[in-house]
Amino acid sequence: MEAIEVKGLSKRFGAVQALDAVTFSVHPGELFGLIGPDGAGKTTLFRLLATLLSPDSGEARVGGCDIVRDYRAIRSRVGYMPGRFSLYGDLTVEENLRFFAALFGVEVEASYDLIAPVYRQIEPFRRRRAAKLSGGMKQKLALSCALIHRPEILFLDEPTTGVDAVSRSEFWEMLDSLRQHGMTILVSTPYMDEASRCDRIALCNEGRVLGIDTPEALVRRFEGRLYAIRADAMFALLAAARRIEGVEACYPFGETHHLVAGADFDMRRLARELGPMPGLHIEPAEATIEDVFIQWMKR
Amino acid sequence: MNEAVISVHELTKRFGDFTAVDRISFEVFRGEIFGFLGANGAGKTTAMRMLCGLSRPTSGCGRVAGCDIVRQSEEIKRHIGYMSQRFSLYDDLTVRENIRLFAGIYGLSRRETGTRSDDLLRRLDFASEGNTLVGALPLGWKQKLAFSIATLHRPEVVFLDEPTGGVDPLTRRQFWEMIYEAAAGGTTLFVTTHYMDEAEYCSRVSIMVDGRIRALDTPAHLKQQYATRSIDELFRLLARGAQRSE
Repeated sequence: MEAIEVKGLSKRFGAVQALDAVTFSVHPGELFGLIGPDGAGKTTLFRLLATLLSPDSGEARVGGCDIVRDYRAIRSRVGYMPGRFSLYGDLTVEENLRFFAALFGVEVEASYDLIAPVYRQIEPFRRRRAAKLSGGMKQKLALSCALIHRPEILFLDEPTTGVDAVSRSEFWEMLDSLRQHGMTILVSTPYMDEASRCDRIALCNEGRVLGIDTPEALVRRFEGRLYAIRADAMFALLAAARRIEGVEACYPFGETHHLVAGADFDMRRLARELGPMPGLHIEPAEATIEDVFIQWMKR
Repeated sequence: MNEAVISVHELTKRFGDFTAVDRISFEVFRGEIFGFLGANGAGKTTAMRMLCGLSRPTSGCGRVAGCDIVRQSEEIKRHIGYMSQRFSLYDDLTVRENIRLFAGIYGLSRRETGTRSDDLLRRLDFASEGNTLVGALPLGWKQKLAFSIATLHRPEVVFLDEPTGGVDPLTRRQFWEMIYEAAAGGTTLFVTTHYMDEAEYCSRVSIMVDGRIRALDTPAHLKQQYATRSIDELFRLLARGAQRSE
């Protein structure tokens, strides 16, 4: 049995089709990433799976339970960390934890081994009010509270948004350790570079799933030849590249531009068509998740 | 060419016994895209607030767009633009209403407001969208509009505070092309971001750790100096040594 099974799930808010016939499934013990920008429908999907919203059409099962009929059973089996901080600001760190333990009818001590890798980092501040915590610490407290009843399945809605690069990578290390406990984790992020930390990912945009695969397999689905180009005048290079007939796309990519062309373009032809340019350098590049996302967005 | 539009010397801000910004000195030149990087809590926001005339330094001095950041903190605001992902435009006002509102805030005359908003709408190919609510615009359009409005009063410096958070990769890049274009036209851009690939687009970047500037140079020089392959790697290297978080 799949840990999460979603079939043709749709949800509309007024004129906005937030989720448009989304289908995917997550295996037990998998770390599955929903990768997409704001407006992709990630939060709506979490709210549906956590039984906080009802779908307009389609169906979904979480841990074998139907999200509409069996909503009560699902609530005790999943942990949900919403994107927006939703703990009690005027309770202390420790009070928040005990409050959520009481809601689920468990003892903090019984789950301590599970939350320890996360909670230990904020334990020195256990008497501080949650409202007075820094962003990173709030996030750790929210994760501890979402784990307090030892859920089988964990939903994390953009846990790393607004967090700096170092804290982001620490957060993913924590998820790796949770995975050792056999937990199924569904996590969303707008950062494409975090995709490689997942077993499988779904690329999402404007309520639709563009594609699902392992990160490695997904980048192999990139079509066309990809080159990394640079020159002294980067902005002028961008314009020049786009004027070449047969160049499908050219866009900034870190310290280079990525240029996508058909199989009839080799480096020599590119250099010739770009013409003489100070500091011009062309080399073949490996596609990343971001290149695939851009290609699929344009379809 | 090397005309300093921002220059600060030993700029410091203390809150009680906590030194948020600790004697930072640097210059930003006309037409530069300056990447201001740092982990959460490193002191970026505090430093930026002082540069915008919103917070008075405890010690040190600085000039932004020809104005002294202590003595002319009100005057500064006429010479700078500001945009962030969190706060930029009002969703429940139309495109034209947003333009008029910000033009008023920046002190543009009625006539200037009229000609500049027509010009802005034409340049963005937005002429037919003047009466559309901003909330109904696609994200990419909203961003272009927000940037154009932040530069409506033709500021010498534009502060962009995480302008691309949560934005799709294509729109994010279109936005950076606008930044390139503005810089090519002589505007100075001062940018913070959590996307380290964007740091590579900057003319120069600084990396703040624990209130101090730990590194400042062109991305190419910094990578060479620290023998890292990317700014991302360099950032991790420097920020991991941080003693404090937010």
